[in-house]
Amino acid sequence: MEYEISLATTMAISVLFALSLNLITGFCGQISLGHAAFLGVGAYASGMLAKAGVPFLLTLPLAMLLSGALGIVVGFASLRVRADFLAITTMGVGFLFVGIVRQQDALGGEMGISAIPDTGMSKLAFMLLAVAMAAAAGLLSTYVRRCWMGRVFAAIAEDEDTVRVMGIDVPRFKLTAFALGTALAGLAGGLYAQHLKFIAPDSFGFIESITVLSMVVVGGIGSVVGVSVSAAVLSVLPSWFQVIGDYKLLVYGGLLFLMMRFSPGGMAALVARIFHPDRWGSK
Amino acid sequence: MSALLSVGAITVRFDGVTAISGASFEVKQGELLGLIGPNGAGKTTMLRVITGVVRQSSGTVLLEGRPLDGLPTHLRIRRGLALSQQIVRPFRDMSVIDNVALAAGADKTTSPVKALFRTGRERELKIGHQLLSRLGIERQANESPQIQPMGILKRLELARALALEPRLLLLDEPLAGLNSKEARLLADTITEINRSGTTIILIEHNLGEVLRVCSRLVVLDNGVKIADGEPEAVMNDATVRAAYLGTGAAAQSGGQHAAA
Repeated sequence: MEYEISLATTMAISVLFALSLNLITGFCGQISLGHAAFLGVGAYASGMLAKAGVPFLLTLPLAMLLSGALGIVVGFASLRVRADFLAITTMGVGFLFVGIVRQQDALGGEMGISAIPDTGMSKLAFMLLAVAMAAAAGLLSTYVRRCWMGRVFAAIAEDEDTVRVMGIDVPRFKLTAFALGTALAGLAGGLYAQHLKFIAPDSFGFIESITVLSMVVVGGIGSVVGVSVSAAVLSVLPSWFQVIGDYKLLVYGGLLFLMMRFSPGGMAALVARIFHPDRWGSK
Repeated sequence: MSALLSVGAITVRFDGVTAISGASFEVKQGELLGLIGPNGAGKTTMLRVITGVVRQSSGTVLLEGRPLDGLPTHLRIRRGLALSQQIVRPFRDMSVIDNVALAAGADKTTSPVKALFRTGRERELKIGHQLLSRLGIERQANESPQIQPMGILKRLELARALALEPRLLLLDEPLAGLNSKEARLLADTITEINRSGTTIILIEHNLGEVLRVCSRLVVLDNGVKIADGEPEAVMNDATVRAAYLGTGAAAQSGGQHAAA
């Protein structure tokens, strides 16, 4: 049972993390190839604070704040560059995060942080917390899609110049998407640090960013259910099949490519095409 | 009648090329002003200066006496401008009605926080349906823009601009790409929109329709304003005829209007 609980916790954290990227990339159309950096910011913030004696549950909102604040800073890049260039810029941010953390003795350098103090929760309670957070992120995503902010996001994702001539403050909406998405990634990071009790810079590098992007793309960019399912499934594959763990970048990068090539709408679009073949623009 | 928009001595330079030089004109409340000129005359650039997409090198733009200079595009729109773009750009992942409803919800999208706490859009859908039926494309409301012919898309573009309830509507070649019958019908619709109180600047190459519907013309050529006034008088002006047909052709064409 111990193993299943741990697996379920991993799945929940991955779903939360993937949904956080889905807010930015899926809803608002801003591609990010460095999203794992924000998972890292949250993980390091929560881990360090816990080691400093801050109660675990209090570290989570602090991790979200720090991650979201840095997210806004990176979001400013999205106001200057678009599409491919934004991908390259965010990729650079990802490398920058790993590069900086590696050099900081205060953050444990290459060795990372270990022996993060216990949360005081049972494994089961911690799993339930992670599942509840993932579910809350799912509900938030569903709500955002249905409110006016989501409608503006969808329009920005398609054609931001036209949104601008509709009198909408595009930069502020984009920054909001970055703030929300990166704060949720920070929350996922906090849970991640407490779940593993050990974090190192490499856990938040390029491979992790590609993994989470492939979860979003495979599930279906913008689809809350699709992304949740694909994140849950893809996150446990490496534990079941050793080979996937060994060739993570190859496997997830390959999946990313195949989906983009053959079903840009991801699994969600495939499913929709099977069940509603007459509907246009299933999304 | 007072000036709704006044464009004062606008000059625009791109890397040493002067696109507009010292052009001034006014648009009066309730007018349907035709902004015409040969290709490359600077008409679309002028529209972009008004909407703030292009910054002028010098000169000033006033809307109801208040300067727009320095304001970003979205704030100028909020002051009462709306633009129907030359190349139609509907949101293709949304239905026709959703496109219009998004514009109609302008007061719910002033800030992300406001937009986050607003979900309902009955009012916007109602406005959207009214506009679609006013423009005669109500039947396509729930369809995708992707399958619509150009005639419908041009009307959708117009409906979306009207949903912003503009005080000044900027139309950049709304008739381009339409056949003569469609163009005539849409020109009639534009006239009807103007009669019901919306001031309009119309950029259009279809001179036949421009002369039929506009109450006044401003003519640009090579970035310079060469004429301003009643359509008849402007079109009989020798400078205008020369700009359109070339000096030799103007002499040959006699009393004929420069056809579209």
